[in-house]
Amino acid sequence: MAKVIIYPTNSLILSDMVERFGHEPLAMMEKIKEIINTVGVDSPPLNITPEGPKHGLKYAAVEVPAGVRGRMSLIGPMIDLAEAGIIVGDSSFSFGCMGCARTNELTKFLIREKDIPLLEIQYPHTEEEGQDFVYKIAEFLKSLPSGSDEK
Amino acid sequence: MAEETEDNITKIVVISSDSILPTDAAMKVYESEDSITIKETCFGTMVNGPREAVLKVVETLRSMDRNHIFVKERGFKPGAEVRCRAGRGGGPRPGFHFLREEVNMLPMIGRALDKYEAGEPFEEHEAPKKLDISKLKKIIDSEL
Repeated sequence: MAKVIIYPTNSLILSDMVERFGHEPLAMMEKIKEIINTVGVDSPPLNITPEGPKHGLKYAAVEVPAGVRGRMSLIGPMIDLAEAGIIVGDSSFSFGCMGCARTNELTKFLIREKDIPLLEIQYPHTEEEGQDFVYKIAEFLKSLPSGSDEK
Repeated sequence: MAEETEDNITKIVVISSDSILPTDAAMKVYESEDSITIKETCFGTMVNGPREAVLKVVETLRSMDRNHIFVKERGFKPGAEVRCRAGRGGGPRPGFHFLREEVNMLPMIGRALDKYEAGEPFEEHEAPKKLDISKLKKIIDSEL
């Protein structure tokens, strides 16, 4: 089972497909769950705390806005763990954790920089494109080693 | 509070099937003997509980219509104070817009998964190219 980082990091379609073909998706939802389940002073628990931008300094310089560094404190460790990646572009929507264009650029850059198998495709808009999208992702996921967690 | 220390997870089950309704899925979950809680939503259900129990229930739900039921994990529990609309004065919850956009694509993805499972050969389709600027200029001029 390979750890596959997905972009957009909160995508339902990508998260489902990675799991469907027997791998582990590295997605934003699990990170958020970890944070809000960690016992702290905040009530209700916050998904972003003042600590975030400090941890994000590992991935972005201090001049970079706190919003980018805060997001990178969540996405960065996922990229470090990734053994493969799927980047889907041309999305007509970016909200919440995916709502920062500079973070998205940095995320894609760091995934591309890493020496891992990578698939880059576009979101489908027509039936044919949908078929291409699914076939390419399925073939890519099937080509990944299944026992990579025993490294 | 004892529940908080357990390895509890929440899964969003999105139903995009012609034969299964969100209510059918909810009824299937109610049949389960595991200690899980569910919330019915407009796109499917949210299942919360201990990891093993949730994974088991999700697998049962998936088997109802494998290629048209999609699942992803959710960070917050159903009804979490910072996310639930009830405590935020209405409006879509953060994350809903993205989910809604992807839900619109699911019928297409489901049909493609059916074809992939049936072993239909892969045909490379050429993506339509963006309109050339000179062509666009010609069109504008011709209309004048």
